[in-house]
Amino acid sequence: MAITTARPDELAARVTAPMSYWRTVAWRLARDPATLVAGAVLVLIVLSAVLAPWLAPYDPNAGSIRLRLAPVGAPAHLLGTDEQGRDMLSRLLWGGRMTLVAALTPVVIGFVLGTGLGVLAGYVGGLTNTLVMRTMDIFYAFPAVLLAIAISGALGPGLPNTLISLSIVFVPRVVRVAESATVQVKSLEYIAAARASGAGVRAIVRHHLLANVLGPILVFASTQVSLSIILAAGLSFLGLGVTPPAAEWGLMLNTLRQSIYVNAVVPALPGLAIFVTSMAFNLLSDGLRDAMEIRA
Amino acid sequence: MWAYAGRRLLLAIPTLLGASIIVFAMVHLAPGDPIAAVMPAESSQAEIEATKRAYGFDKPLAVQYLVWLGRVAQGDLGKSIATRRAVILDVRDALANSLVLALSSSLLAFALGLALGLLAAFRQGRALDKLASAIAVVGVSVPHYWAGIILIIIFSVQLNWLPAMGAADDPGVLPYLRHITLPTVALALIPLGVITRVVRSAALDILNQEFVLALRAKGLAARRVFAHVVKNAAPQILTVLGLQFGFQLGGSVLVEAVFSWPGTGYLLNLAIFQRDIPVLQGVILVLATFFVLLNLAVDLLQTVVDPRIARH
Repeated sequence: MAITTARPDELAARVTAPMSYWRTVAWRLARDPATLVAGAVLVLIVLSAVLAPWLAPYDPNAGSIRLRLAPVGAPAHLLGTDEQGRDMLSRLLWGGRMTLVAALTPVVIGFVLGTGLGVLAGYVGGLTNTLVMRTMDIFYAFPAVLLAIAISGALGPGLPNTLISLSIVFVPRVVRVAESATVQVKSLEYIAAARASGAGVRAIVRHHLLANVLGPILVFASTQVSLSIILAAGLSFLGLGVTPPAAEWGLMLNTLRQSIYVNAVVPALPGLAIFVTSMAFNLLSDGLRDAMEIRA
Repeated sequence: MWAYAGRRLLLAIPTLLGASIIVFAMVHLAPGDPIAAVMPAESSQAEIEATKRAYGFDKPLAVQYLVWLGRVAQGDLGKSIATRRAVILDVRDALANSLVLALSSSLLAFALGLALGLLAAFRQGRALDKLASAIAVVGVSVPHYWAGIILIIIFSVQLNWLPAMGAADDPGVLPYLRHITLPTVALALIPLGVITRVVRSAALDILNQEFVLALRAKGLAARRVFAHVVKNAAPQILTVLGLQFGFQLGGSVLVEAVFSWPGTGYLLNLAIFQRDIPVLQGVILVLATFFVLLNLAVDLLQTVVDPRIARH
C-alpha cells in the first residue's frame, strides 16, 4: 500500500480555498442527472410555450369538420387533431402558454405577498403575528383543491378568477414558511449584533434577514409549482378556468374526454403534457432543495 | 395531556368560524345579485324587494351572517336553487358515497405507501429504494383526473373489464366493487406518493440515530429493530395518514367528476354548473368542518402515541 502525502503547498491551497456556497450548490447540481434532465425538459417546455406563435404550424382555433380526431402521425398533423378538427400540436403549444401563465402567476403572487406578510408577522411578533397567522390558519381549514374550487366556483369561470383563487391557496402556505424562517433567523446572534451596532429595522430586514430567509422560501415556492399546475389545469378541466375556445391543457382534456371511444391516444395528450411539466418541476425543486441543503 | 387537548379543541373553534365566514362570503363573491338567481326575469321591483326581505338580504352583512350561522348550527343549509330540495339531504347522501370512496382509496394508499416507504428506508440506495422514490415522484406529480381518464381508456374502453361511470344501479357487493375500483385507484395515487415519501424519510431519520446502531450492535434480530424504528416513526406517519385521509375527502372533486361518482365532488360539480350557490356553500362547509375535525383528531391521537408533544 502506497502512502501518499500531499505537498505542503497543495494542502495550503485546499485549506485556503473552500468552495463558496453557490459554487457548492452548482457542483452538487452538476452531479445530479435527474435534476439536470428535469431542468432541460423545463427549458424546452417553457421555450415552446413562449415561442408558440412561431412554432405552431396552424392557428390553434381553426378547425375542420372533415378532419376530426385524426390519429397521431396523420399527414400534416403530427399529433393528430381534436374533436373539432383543430391541430393538436398547435393547441398543445398554445395551451402550454396558458397553463404556465395560469399556474406560475399565483405562485409568484403567493411568494411576494406571502414573504411580505410572513416576514412582517415573524419579525414584528406579538399581536401582529397572532392576527396574521390566525387569519392564515382559516385557509388551512380547506384542502387546497377544495379551497380553489370553492372560490372559483363562487367567482365563476375565467382566467382572472383562476389567478385569484389559486393565489388565495398559495399565499397562506408561503406565509407559514416565511414566518417560521423569520422567527428562526431573528433569534440568531448576528441579528442581535446588527441591532446592537445601531442598524435600523429596515436595514436589518433588508440586508440581514431577507438574505437568509429568501432561499428556503424560494425553494418552498418552487415545490408548489407542480401543485399549481395540477390545480390550474384542474379548474379548467371542471369548466372553472380558462374559457373555450382558448387552448389550455386542462380544458383540452375536458373537451376531448368524450372522444376516448373514438380515439384513445389524442385525448390523453394534454394530460400527458400536464404530467410531464408537473413532474419536471417536482424533480427540479427536489434537486434544488437537496443541493441547497434545505430541509422542507 | 387533557390541558393540551382542551387548548387544541379551543383553537379549532376560531378556525371553524373563519371557515364559515369564507363560505358565507361565497354568496357575495358570486357575480350578480344573489337574489337575481332565484327570481323570474320579469319580476317587479316590489317583488324583488319582498323576496330580499324574505331571505334577509336587506339586513346588514354581520346580521345576515349570524342568522345564517344560527341556521347552519341547527343543520339547516338552505334550499337548492335547482332542485328546491333541502341542501342537507343532498349533502348527506353524497357525503356517504364520498366517505366510502375516500376510505377505500385511503386503505389502498396507506397499505402500499407504508410498505413501499418502509422497504425503501431499509434498502436505502438500492434498486427497491429507487423504485419507491420513482413511484413517489410520479404519485405527487400526476394529475389524478388525467390518471382517471387513462384508467377508463385502458380498463373500460380497450379491455372492457370495468365500468367507466357512476355507482352500481343493481344491488350486490360485486357490482359495487366493480364500480368503485377505478376511482379508488385514481384517487389513491397522490396519497400513495406523499405517504411513501414521508414514511421513507421518517424511517430513515430514526434509522440514522445512534440507538438503532446500539440495538444492532447488541445483536437484536432485524425484525425487532424494525419494530423499534416503526414505533419511533409512528407519530410522524400517523400525521401524514390523517391529513391524507382528509385531503381524499375534500380533494376527490376532480376524480368524482371524471367517474361521475355520486359523492360530494360530483354534487359540487353540478352546483358549479347550475350556479347553485346554496349547494356549493353547503358541500364546502360540511367538507371543511370534516377536515378541521379530522385534523383535530389526528393531533389528539398524536399526543396519545407520543406524550412528549403535549408537553411542548
